[in-house]
Amino acid sequence: MPTLVLFVFVVACALLGYRVIAAVPPLLHTPLMSGMNALSGITLLVALRALSHESSVTPLSMAAVVLATANVVGGFWVTERMLRMFQRPGKEEEGR
Amino acid sequence: MMPWTTDFLLPAVLTLGFLQGLRWMRSPETAVRGNRLGAGCMALAVAFAVWRHGVFWLPQAWTALVLGAALGLALAHRVKTIQMPQLVALLNGFGGAASALVIAAMIPDLTPAAGPWSWLTAAAALSVGSATFSGSLVAAGKLQGYLAGRPLRFTGQNLLLRGLGALGLFLLAAAGVLQQPGWLFALTALALLYGLLLAMRVGGADMPVVISFLNSLSGIAAAISGLALQSPLAAGVGTLVGVAGLILTRLMCRAMNRNLAAVLAGFATADQERPGEAGGEPAAATRASDSDSDSAPLDASHIPALLQAARRVLIVPGYGMALSQAQQAVKNLMDALEAAGKEVKVAVHPVAGRMPGHMHVLLAEVGVGVDKLYDMAKINHEFAETDVVVAVGACDVINPAATTAKGTPISGMPILRAVDARAVIVCNLDEQPGYSGVANTLYQDPHVITCWGDAAQTVPELTRQFASVT
Repeated sequence: MPTLVLFVFVVACALLGYRVIAAVPPLLHTPLMSGMNALSGITLLVALRALSHESSVTPLSMAAVVLATANVVGGFWVTERMLRMFQRPGKEEEGR
Repeated sequence: MMPWTTDFLLPAVLTLGFLQGLRWMRSPETAVRGNRLGAGCMALAVAFAVWRHGVFWLPQAWTALVLGAALGLALAHRVKTIQMPQLVALLNGFGGAASALVIAAMIPDLTPAAGPWSWLTAAAALSVGSATFSGSLVAAGKLQGYLAGRPLRFTGQNLLLRGLGALGLFLLAAAGVLQQPGWLFALTALALLYGLLLAMRVGGADMPVVISFLNSLSGIAAAISGLALQSPLAAGVGTLVGVAGLILTRLMCRAMNRNLAAVLAGFATADQERPGEAGGEPAAATRASDSDSDSAPLDASHIPALLQAARRVLIVPGYGMALSQAQQAVKNLMDALEAAGKEVKVAVHPVAGRMPGHMHVLLAEVGVGVDKLYDMAKINHEFAETDVVVAVGACDVINPAATTAKGTPISGMPILRAVDARAVIVCNLDEQPGYSGVANTLYQDPHVITCWGDAAQTVPELTRQFASVT
């Protein structure tokens, strides 16, 4: 992909992302951050590519895959755990 | 056609999927769905990358994926809600490290033929990723208590950091122009040191700002590594993370009336010049105590009668509540008051916890309904019509000195106006100032009752006293 197109894409992401993320209420800011941890694991894509390159240094790209996967799996899982806490009282209506 | 579809269409569609997931984070009802959509998009992206780069039959790939997944699950499954800030800090560090490591692994591919753009982006991703990594480890260590929470300061620190920053920029430019791996290694070492020094001198109370900022940096590192390696999805999603982190950083700074530069510099707010309107309404803070002249100072013996007579009660939780693990006790008190027909709400300051939204999670965990949690901007005008405020482990966020006194570290910080309520019961550990080090002038107020001690004991005592009169 040409660098210019890539740039336009990144700017579009920044603008759209700002609109969407600014609307997340403070109530959900912690899950938002842990969800962002998961998304920052997107480096996994380039780490897998590095792993497939013969010239790249395997231990380094393996370490990158390990850490990025930990971010993805850990981030999504802990977010899921937290979001369930927010749902609990409304759903089950445990009498007080 | 095929390359066009996979190189552009797929990333665009998946990015829209991530954005929709974030849109669903607007409300707790849809947020679970949003998170799962994000996870699904990520799974698709990874599956596609595994197929595309032909690593399916590569044992190293599966070893690393399984190891990483196990590590992530182990961390995420055991973590307690009070430890959420250190987990997020640690994962920020992982994100930064992963981005830096990918670039480091690809250095053999970086020939002078790759062009200055590739070298420059590689150098930038390496330095941002490395600084994020070392800074996040220090932040996580401080939050977990492995490192002292106090800011570490020494003479010449500013000069040193500025010098290192300038040297870093020089190395960045050198890597782009001279295109020798040596410059990249030097830059990495410098960035690691820089992140370390920067995080060392930030104090515990500033953690909400620092974690948000590092969250942003981990995304920016991912985005730059995506640019360096021509991966639109990594660049786009990394940008989303960067933007989210910056939004939260700004929010946290505003909630503490600080600017990012001052926080990173480890200054107390008093050191920075501030616009004059910071102490704009000093009269308001003393109003309540002056106008209540008809009543004698309140003391602990008034508590049962106060609670019994109260119609509207506001709970103000602070980090001290989390430290003494008094969330359940607070929930029990709320239940008892509500059972007696009183209106009970919780007023949450944006920096009440150690990270954005931390207090909400702590309370949601023990079953406090999300409809009971109110943010500062929404609830602050209600204090004046509140009969009793119960502050649990909260000090700085209700300290009227923030609006009355000038030149203190919390001057100008927006506070919860507990001082406006008819009566305030403070359940804090002791009379010591909060993290800011500024004495709380609220404690001397005649309509304030202080119950010193562990909130895990003092709050149930309130509930008992209330039960004895109902």
